[in-house]
Amino acid sequence: MTDTAWIDGALTSARPQAVGALLRYFRDLDTAEEAFQNACLRALKSWPQNGPPRDPAAWLIMVGRNVAIDDIRRGKKQQPLPEEDAISDLDDAEEQLAERLDGSHYRDDILRLLFICCHPDLPATQQIALALRIVSGLTVKQIARAFLVSEAAMEQRITRAKGRVSDADVPFETPGAVERTDRLSAVAAMIYLIFNEGYSASGDTAEIRAPLCEEAIRLARLLLRLFQSEPEIMGLTALLLLQHARAAARFDSDGAVILLDDQDRSKWNKPLIAEGLALIDKAMRHRRSGPYQVQAAIAALHARAERPEDTDWTQIDLLYGALEIMQPSPVVTLNRAVAVSKVRGPEAGLDMIEPLAQRLSNYFHFFGVRGAFLMQLGRNDEARTAFDRAIALANTSAEAAHIRMHLDRLQRDSQPRGVKAGK
Amino acid sequence: MLYAILCYHDEDTVGSWTKEQDAAVMQKLSVVQDKLAKQGRLGPVARLLPTTAATTLRKDDPPLVLDGPYAETKEQLLGFYVVDCKNLDEALDVARDLAAANPGGAYEIRPVGLLRPGSVPS
Repeated sequence: MTDTAWIDGALTSARPQAVGALLRYFRDLDTAEEAFQNACLRALKSWPQNGPPRDPAAWLIMVGRNVAIDDIRRGKKQQPLPEEDAISDLDDAEEQLAERLDGSHYRDDILRLLFICCHPDLPATQQIALALRIVSGLTVKQIARAFLVSEAAMEQRITRAKGRVSDADVPFETPGAVERTDRLSAVAAMIYLIFNEGYSASGDTAEIRAPLCEEAIRLARLLLRLFQSEPEIMGLTALLLLQHARAAARFDSDGAVILLDDQDRSKWNKPLIAEGLALIDKAMRHRRSGPYQVQAAIAALHARAERPEDTDWTQIDLLYGALEIMQPSPVVTLNRAVAVSKVRGPEAGLDMIEPLAQRLSNYFHFFGVRGAFLMQLGRNDEARTAFDRAIALANTSAEAAHIRMHLDRLQRDSQPRGVKAGK
Repeated sequence: MLYAILCYHDEDTVGSWTKEQDAAVMQKLSVVQDKLAKQGRLGPVARLLPTTAATTLRKDDPPLVLDGPYAETKEQLLGFYVVDCKNLDEALDVARDLAAANPGGAYEIRPVGLLRPGSVPS
């Protein structure tokens, strides 16, 4: 690390708390962001000379607040009519500075900052972009790169999202218990979206998009540190860690998908797995199950298996059964069918997915799984039809490449018989 | 005398490092560790997982299990070294070398009363 690299780390990590507190003072996202930006500029000048402050976030909040108040006062002199509200609000802010920095505010500040990005009017992609910009502090350029769009398009997307958020009523009162729980689950869902945006990348873009996964993990850990005893936040964090632990093993050198069974498990990241398993153990003790915990528990069973044949599919089947009750969805049943096929054979798996055919008629994975079951049953013609349909529905080139591999195998298997028949 | 050097740092800051930055710090620290190891002065070294993975058992009657680390502080215990040093000055020298490799946070230097090296493979 260069001598000033530690400053970048300190500014990034202080950002959610500082912008969250400044947002509470000024009740305006743009003012809060600008105040934080100004405080960072001063930090870059002051910290290398004076060393890091004991509490970087408090320093940035104080300096950001003072600079912004100065700016507002200077602006005020040029305006004939001062805004009374703004002035009384600022006096208030000064008096209550100590109180406003206390621990419980700090949790709700960060939660609020995350929560305003989850505005229900915002489509998922805008929620994610906004969170990465204002909470994580990624530059528009970095976000555009991760989303594989132009910087101008991303700039526009973020501006539009900000406009919508600032038109909405941001709740500044300290939330009650029920409200806090609602905010937590909205924020958890948004963090999961950020992760998936990175995780669902295909092989050729996985490296560019991996920072999204890392950022989601950072935000999940942050949220968990604020709400240490929330089993679903433990579950969410564990789920992200356990999935991301497999990143290095998920694609071959050509960018094609490598399925769990075929992955080189020595490439799995052991510290991430250890952290994920520790969290799921902690969560289970609360005996308050939820969808993130169940999904994490499934990921944990995969992570604990040293070889594919050590996987406890019976337990995975049970867990998917629990998830079906919590979050009924044909996709969950499809996943369960894979576990069922491992325990009771491909026929049982096929029986389970047949009723889903209509609802998943445009779903790539449905035809991939169906094709695989049929292939295992030796019903090769039907398997080929399913795989052809899967290729047509593939979302990424890596998905298509993976199915093509199955088709090639079917081709090879049928070749010798074809030759014989010709003789 | 054996000294424990307990590493405290703001976990948010350490967690904000990129993989490259993290690897660079670990590389610099390993230079200091290698030097100590060659002199036969380096005992166990541990890097702890984030405090979010921690659980605390309060020895009440009956014992109470709590989520999270024992102490809620601005800086967290993130790891430790055990080093053989003649005296406090020497231990401080080691801590200064480590600090140069990994600025920010603090090292607490505590003489060790009892050390059982144990036998688990790392």
